[in-house]
Amino acid sequence: MTTASGYNFAYLDEQTKRMIRRAILKAVAIPGYQVPFGSREMPLPYGWGTGGIQVTAAVIGPDDRLKVIDQGADDTTNAVSIRRFFARTAGVATTERTTAATVIQTRHRIPETPLTEGQILVYQVPIPEPLRWLEPRETETRRMHALADYGAMHVKLYEDIARYGRIATTYDYPVLVNDRYLMRPSPIPKFDNPKMDMSPALQLFGAGREKRIYAVPPYTKVRSLDFKDHPFAVQSWDRPCELCGATDSFLDEVVTDDRGGRMFVCSDTDHCGTRRDAAQEAAE
Amino acid sequence: MARTDMLLPGLADPVLDAQQIFRAVLDAMARPGTIVDLPSPPASPEPLDPATTAIVLALNDQETVVWLDDAADSEAVRQHLRFHCGSPLTADPAQAHFAIVGDIRAMPPLASFNLGGDEYPDRSTTLILQVPDLTGGTTWTLGGPGIRDRATLAVAGLPDGFRDQVIENHLGFPRGVDLIFTCGARATALPRSTRVEG
Repeated sequence: MTTASGYNFAYLDEQTKRMIRRAILKAVAIPGYQVPFGSREMPLPYGWGTGGIQVTAAVIGPDDRLKVIDQGADDTTNAVSIRRFFARTAGVATTERTTAATVIQTRHRIPETPLTEGQILVYQVPIPEPLRWLEPRETETRRMHALADYGAMHVKLYEDIARYGRIATTYDYPVLVNDRYLMRPSPIPKFDNPKMDMSPALQLFGAGREKRIYAVPPYTKVRSLDFKDHPFAVQSWDRPCELCGATDSFLDEVVTDDRGGRMFVCSDTDHCGTRRDAAQEAAE
Repeated sequence: MARTDMLLPGLADPVLDAQQIFRAVLDAMARPGTIVDLPSPPASPEPLDPATTAIVLALNDQETVVWLDDAADSEAVRQHLRFHCGSPLTADPAQAHFAIVGDIRAMPPLASFNLGGDEYPDRSTTLILQVPDLTGGTTWTLGGPGIRDRATLAVAGLPDGFRDQVIENHLGFPRGVDLIFTCGARATALPRSTRVEG
C-alpha cells in the first residue's frame, strides 16, 4: 500500500511524535499517572479518538498490523475511518483479527480474545481524570493524586451502596494501578476491568481534548475499587449470544424491529465471527 | 576512523529509524531487565556507543535540555547534539531532561538529577548510562510493573553503592529518575517503578 503524498509518515510531524514518545515513556515509568502532553489538532473532532490516534501515530511503524475497534466492533464508522486513516497516512497493514494485530486502538472495549506479549492496546479516552466529577479543580485533583488521597472516590462508591444497595457504576469503573494511582480505564464496561490486571500487553491511554497520556505496563496490578462486604463483580447475562452462543462474552442488546423485537449478541465482532466460523467448520 | 572535526550524519532515515528506536526503548521501559537491540544504529561521535547516539537522536530536540558528564562531554558530541537535535546543554544535572553518562563510576548521585515533583513526577531526568557491558556484572533480581514473576539484570561496571541508589530512587516513587543502560547497539531500562529485590 502506498501512503498519501504531502504528509509525513503516520500524519504527525517528527517533533510532535518525539514529544508524544517522551510522554509515553514517562507514562510507562509511572503506571497510572496522567502525563500532560501538547495534544495537536487532528483532522477529526475531539471525541472521535484524537488522543488515541496521536498515541497510535507516535507508536506505529511499517511492520505493524493495526486493528481498530469501536465498542468491540471492527465495522463501525469510527473504527473504519481510523483504520483507513492509518492505512493511508502510514501504509500499515490492517486486520480485524485480534490475534493478528500488533497494535489495537480501541474505543470502549477490550477484546475478548486474551492479548499476548508484544501487543499494544491504545485506548481512546474522553475524560482521563477519575476524580473530575468529584472535584472540578485540576489543582486539587493533582494534589489528591500526589497524596494518594482517594477517599472521595470511596465515599462516592459508598453513597451508591447506601442509595441502591450496590455500586451502580457499570462502565469507566475506577481502578487502582500498581497500588498507587487511581485511574480511569476509559468508558469500558466494568466487565473488561479484570482483563487489565496483569495483562501481557502494554496498555496506552490517550486523551486528546484533555491533553493527557497514561499507561499500564504489561504484568501490572490493576485493582477495581470495592469494599470487603461489597466485592467487585462484573455484569452477567442470563442468555448466550444469539449468533455464536458464547456465554462468557459482553453482550449488546440490538433492537431488530419496531415491535419490541430484540436480540443479545457479542459486542466483540471478531470474537463472535471467529466462533461462528469455527462452529461451521466443525459442523461440515 | 572519522575525523573528529567532521560532523557525522544523523539517523539514516530520520522518520522510520526514530520510530523503530523508540519502539525498542518503549519495549525496554515496559519490560524492565529485558535487553533490546537497537535497529539501524547511527554513526556515533566519540566516545558514545551507537545505542546511546540512537536513543539521543530519536528522543531529543530543541525542547529537551541535555546534561553531559565529563566522559561524554567531547566537542564531537556537543556538535552532534547541537546540529542534529538542537538541544540546549546544561551544566546543572537538576535542570536536565536527559543526561548522558559516559563514565558511570564518576557520575554524581542519582538524587542530584531532577526527580520530578509529587504533583508532576513526569518532569524528571531520563538518564542514558553507557556501561562496559549489559551482562556479566552482579545479578540483581527485579520485580514490579512490566515483570511477570521476577526478572534479572547483571549490568557490568557499576560502582559500589549504585544498587543502593537505585533502591533509594524506587522508594521515592512516584518521584525519581528513569535509567536506560546502553552498550554497543543494545540497551536495557530500569524505570523508577522497578524494585530491586536481591
